[in-house]
Amino acid sequence: MRLHPRRGEVAVSLGLVALAALSLWQTTMIPVSPIYARVGPTLFPWIASLGLLVLSLLLLAEALRGGFVGVEPQLSIDWHSLAWVVAGLLANLALIGTLGFVFAAVATFVCVARGFGSGHPLRDALIGAVVSLAAYLGFDRLLGVNIGAGILEGLV
Amino acid sequence: METLASLAGGFATALSPANLGFAFAGCFLGTAVGVLPGIGPALTVALLLPITFQVPAESAFILFAGVYYGAMYGGSTTSILLNTPGESATIITALEGFKMAKKGRAGPALATAAIGSFVAGTIATLALTFFAPVVVELALMLGPAEYFSLMVIAFTAVSAVLGSSALRGLAMLFLGLILGVVGVDLQTGQPRFTFGVIELLDGIEVTIVAVGLFAVAEALHLATRRKHGEDEILAVSGSLWLSREDWARSWKPWLRGAFLGFPFGAIPAGGSELPTFLSYFMEKRLSRRPEEFGQGAIEGVAGPEAANNAAAAGVLMPMLTLGLPTSVTAAIMLSAFQSYGIQPGPLLFVNQGPLVWGLIASLYVGNLMLLVLNLPLIGLWVRVLRIPQPQLYAGILVFATIGAYGVSNSVIDLIVMYVIGFVGMLMKRYDFPVAPVVIGMILGPLAEQAFRQALTISQGDWTTFVTRPISAAFLVIALLLGVGPTLYRGLARSRPSPA
Repeated sequence: MRLHPRRGEVAVSLGLVALAALSLWQTTMIPVSPIYARVGPTLFPWIASLGLLVLSLLLLAEALRGGFVGVEPQLSIDWHSLAWVVAGLLANLALIGTLGFVFAAVATFVCVARGFGSGHPLRDALIGAVVSLAAYLGFDRLLGVNIGAGILEGLV
Repeated sequence: METLASLAGGFATALSPANLGFAFAGCFLGTAVGVLPGIGPALTVALLLPITFQVPAESAFILFAGVYYGAMYGGSTTSILLNTPGESATIITALEGFKMAKKGRAGPALATAAIGSFVAGTIATLALTFFAPVVVELALMLGPAEYFSLMVIAFTAVSAVLGSSALRGLAMLFLGLILGVVGVDLQTGQPRFTFGVIELLDGIEVTIVAVGLFAVAEALHLATRRKHGEDEILAVSGSLWLSREDWARSWKPWLRGAFLGFPFGAIPAGGSELPTFLSYFMEKRLSRRPEEFGQGAIEGVAGPEAANNAAAAGVLMPMLTLGLPTSVTAAIMLSAFQSYGIQPGPLLFVNQGPLVWGLIASLYVGNLMLLVLNLPLIGLWVRVLRIPQPQLYAGILVFATIGAYGVSNSVIDLIVMYVIGFVGMLMKRYDFPVAPVVIGMILGPLAEQAFRQALTISQGDWTTFVTRPISAAFLVIALLLGVGPTLYRGLARSRPSPA
């Protein structure tokens, strides 16, 4: 038996407890009209929030008593790869509103590919441009879904 | 006879040139995403949800059904050649299929999987055609209390029975239920869990949650464990044709798999993992060469693959007749019904006959297309399988952006999706199942509606769920499903050696 609590699992359980508490707090904030008092809009949220609270406390107990049942100790995190992928997502957030979908997509593509170990940023940028332009044309022209027009998209 | 007439009408819908095109696009796309590790039918259908604003309902559902079926075919290719099952339903296929591929018999393994999927898919679609109207008749007799109890069975099945831990599964179910509460309450118009944010009044978009949990989470999770190695892909070797002996050893497992898979998919407690396991053990028991199992026995591919496809068709039964999805893809298809303003449930067959029958007819067509797509085009799918990981995941994240941003062009949506993706990464890391979240979120509001209607009818009397016999029976089944496995394990432990 492992008796040492696992930090990650304890943190995840605490996160769920916090979510349940947040949900309970929000449930008390729902205004209830007296007409619906019996089966009103708060009954189901109460059940859902209390349910999550109980379950997350049980999970917390499991985590403190040596770890979740049936879960192997987690592998260490590859921070370098993760950072590149997250950078790609952030670049997308920053660029999509201003430069438009294709530029934002190229930035994402290059960063994520780098995170997964690609060593050819220029080639990736080219692939990303082709993929995203094709996707843009497909969605915009065929389906009529606007996925973020920018400078380049206005020209094609 | 009425069924046959409706089905004929369905074929008229499904065989129109435009819908044949949608079926083909769906099957093609479905096979591709089934083959690619990291993405599956649920994600693909979620990404395609925006087309519900553009094309008629029949065409959209024919496309979705093609993706759904296609992914089942494609998934087996990955299991056999890569030994990494794309989804839990093809774990068993990998067991014998990968061994066959290692011995240079990848061709026959792929062929028996594809033909078996076709045979079983067709049998299951036939069963769906003739049983669905019967189930509808029965379903029309159910009241809100019975409906609620039926949904409790579905909830229990997806969270407590499947997956490695009932506790983690149930926690994720309740998380999904809470996510489903967000937005305006349909009966009283009260905003709930919106934190005063106007964007949240309509609830959280299914697309954003599904894409975040599947695509973004998968990419982040894989990035965190990059230094821990990659998989090897085997080449397709051996003739794609089955030898006389392969046929002789395959056809019975196909049929048995089909008859095992369909009922498991069709009952609301279904899933497609269980029938594949059962089929595997059945074939092992019945085989005249049990010693070959574990070394690449063709029966071990034929049976489970057939069971898996039949179960996939079976899942459509509760989805179409009861409005009750038991898999993530079915749940997302259900939300597509809602996006068309169509009320899923037993009345679907009455009010939307042409749509439902067009969809069912397209399943026959799709199965045939998939057989053709999968056998001669296997080389293409192997190429797809060889897309290097960096470009694959970069592409997946670009498409994920399209899905989230296309909904309403809002950067807020993207941020929400990335945050959900981060949460999903933690879920994968600590082995929390994803399906209960999505199903809880989509089915939760429907369960709440039934719950409140039942209590309104009974004038607030809670015992209505246990005093109405059918409802009580459903709740007992749910209870047995929930505590059964735990009890069984407890009993097995207290009697250590039954000899």
